[in-house]
Amino acid sequence: MAARVTFDQDRCKGCELCTSVCPRHIVVIDTKTTNRKGYHPAAILDLSQCIACGSCAKICPDSIITVERL
Amino acid sequence: MAFELWKGNEAIAEAAVRAGCRFFFGYPITPQNEVPEYMARRLPEVGGCFLQSESELAAINMVYGAAGAGARVMTSSSSPGISLKQEGITYMAGAELPAVIVNVMRGGPGLGTIQPAQGDYYQATRGGGNGDYRLVVLAPNTIQEAVDLMQEAFDIADCYRNPVMLLADGMIGQMMEPLEWHEPERRELPPKDWAAAGLHGRGSHNIINSLFIDPLACERHNNRLQEKYRLMEQRELRFEERGCEGAEVLFVAYGSPSRIVMSAVDLLAAQGVKAGLLRPITVWPYPYERLAALSREPSVKAVVAVEMSAGQMLDDVKIAVGGCKPISFVGHTGGVIPTQHEIAAAALAALGR
Amino acid sequence: MAIVYQKSKALTDKELHYCPGCSHGIIHKLVAEVLEELGFIDAAIGICPVGCSVFAYDYFACDMLEAAHGRAPAVATGVKRVHPQSPVFTYQGDGDLASIGMGEIIHAAIRGEKITTIFVNNAIYGMTGGQMAPTTLIGQKTTTSPLGRDPSHCGGPAHMAELLAAVEGAAYVERVAVYDIPRLNQAKRAIKTAFEMQMQGAGFTFVEVLSSCPTNWGKTPLEAAEWVREQMVPVFPLGVTRDIRKEAAK
Repeated sequence: MAARVTFDQDRCKGCELCTSVCPRHIVVIDTKTTNRKGYHPAAILDLSQCIACGSCAKICPDSIITVERL
Repeated sequence: MAFELWKGNEAIAEAAVRAGCRFFFGYPITPQNEVPEYMARRLPEVGGCFLQSESELAAINMVYGAAGAGARVMTSSSSPGISLKQEGITYMAGAELPAVIVNVMRGGPGLGTIQPAQGDYYQATRGGGNGDYRLVVLAPNTIQEAVDLMQEAFDIADCYRNPVMLLADGMIGQMMEPLEWHEPERRELPPKDWAAAGLHGRGSHNIINSLFIDPLACERHNNRLQEKYRLMEQRELRFEERGCEGAEVLFVAYGSPSRIVMSAVDLLAAQGVKAGLLRPITVWPYPYERLAALSREPSVKAVVAVEMSAGQMLDDVKIAVGGCKPISFVGHTGGVIPTQHEIAAAALAALGR
Repeated sequence: MAIVYQKSKALTDKELHYCPGCSHGIIHKLVAEVLEELGFIDAAIGICPVGCSVFAYDYFACDMLEAAHGRAPAVATGVKRVHPQSPVFTYQGDGDLASIGMGEIIHAAIRGEKITTIFVNNAIYGMTGGQMAPTTLIGQKTTTSPLGRDPSHCGGPAHMAELLAAVEGAAYVERVAVYDIPRLNQAKRAIKTAFEMQMQGAGFTFVEVLSSCPTNWGKTPLEAAEWVREQMVPVFPLGVTRDIRKEAAK
């Protein structure tokens, strides 16, 4: 399945809730990046594994994730 | 128009309905129960909504909601209940919401008594809730005046987007007098496009709010409110003068005591003493300038303030008179009504006779 | 590309000020999504509380009123009586609703006020820095119960979903949580049912949402979500406590 997931990384607060609900465990905290708020934002490790379930986007308290399916 | 006999509380309620008020939220308390009772019967007749709230505090918050949603709305209570409403009143002043609040005053402090008093003057005119705000406070002394002022009160509230208080006392609320219904002069009022009534295609959402957490924003907001209150002071002042020309004694009184003062004036006249009355009809704004000018008249030897309190309007009398003439005070608390005899005696004593 | 999930149109563009992992953000979204899906954004009027979500008037795109602490149900009553055809909702925390506002919420339910209340229960006072709430658990340490809540001193937690279920004017009362996706999905269904039943004129509708307060609980967001599941759910069971449709069927 082709999926597109975008993270508005500058609005991410690094709460990690998205990482806990991904059934494929591909949402991680990107410790190499620091956003303008000073948090390590969430990101997807391997988009090819994404099934576009939208769970990460649903739980994100700040609505920074958009999920699309082809 | 024909004269009709009306009880004060009921007349005040009917006046509100004639002014277009269609929502009433309130709670029973003596001596104003006839106001909600009348509204409970009358508002459904005109397609309005009467709701008895669980407390005076809930009532004023319902008024806040209805006013915020764009309606003409009022509440009524008596002294202890008005204390409960202070939270809602300051929130409404801060959020710039129009409404009419009727206080049929009774003795205090605390539970006090159910008899008439004027002990809420400070609360009404100094802003009984927190923060810097003012209400236009209308103080009738007859039922006729009460209904005339009540009909205008809603326009005043809408004109400035501010709560307005009708300050009556238990006598005015409970007595019956003949009155004529007049059509008041209507003001040109802007549409309530600021109300939280639902977007309905409007581009941006409306927010009703008194929170301005940034101090500079809060001060700007306060400055705007103060500008509004200055306009109210310029435009809404009302007072009445009776027999002040050449008077030796200048009485200052509002509400029911002002009528007893007129009887005292007659008693004094019979003894060759000329007395006059300055009667504030708005106690905020207060007629400081006129009182200052009158008290400085050479004929005036004594100023006598008469209130059913320990002396609250007395402060404003002292401010206006500014020490230029001696000031006496006649008053009773506890719901006791001063008599024309003791008022006349106090005036004579002030003249040294 | 088909959109699987994007930010609701019923939310404004303003960045939320809430702490990382705070449930307010999630619950705001669920309410917003329901308003959008039911076509209510244009007519809805919301009333926000005093508490961490005092600024909710900046986050919801519909018309909003700020209420005094605890008074939102009374304010909502005024609004709904003026606009009976509009969806009206209050959004309140546990201090706002279950402490200072206890009188107002019970009476709104007693009157069968046709409004929807979203009750965010995180067992603590957030905005003011972590004091005890009426819903604080026994033994839970807060800044005003530093040795842990002692029932012999101040009783145990208030159970709002059960309290309101005893009120006939309440048409729908459910307690939900948002600590994982299945719970979140149920929470959204509950909120949707509540709004639908309001607009059907069924009566007062209420959804209590067990929520995380990572900052004042001294936990990470993931630990806090775990604490809701392990510690709060046993005290505040999830589920429907009153549904007037089921009562009628009996």
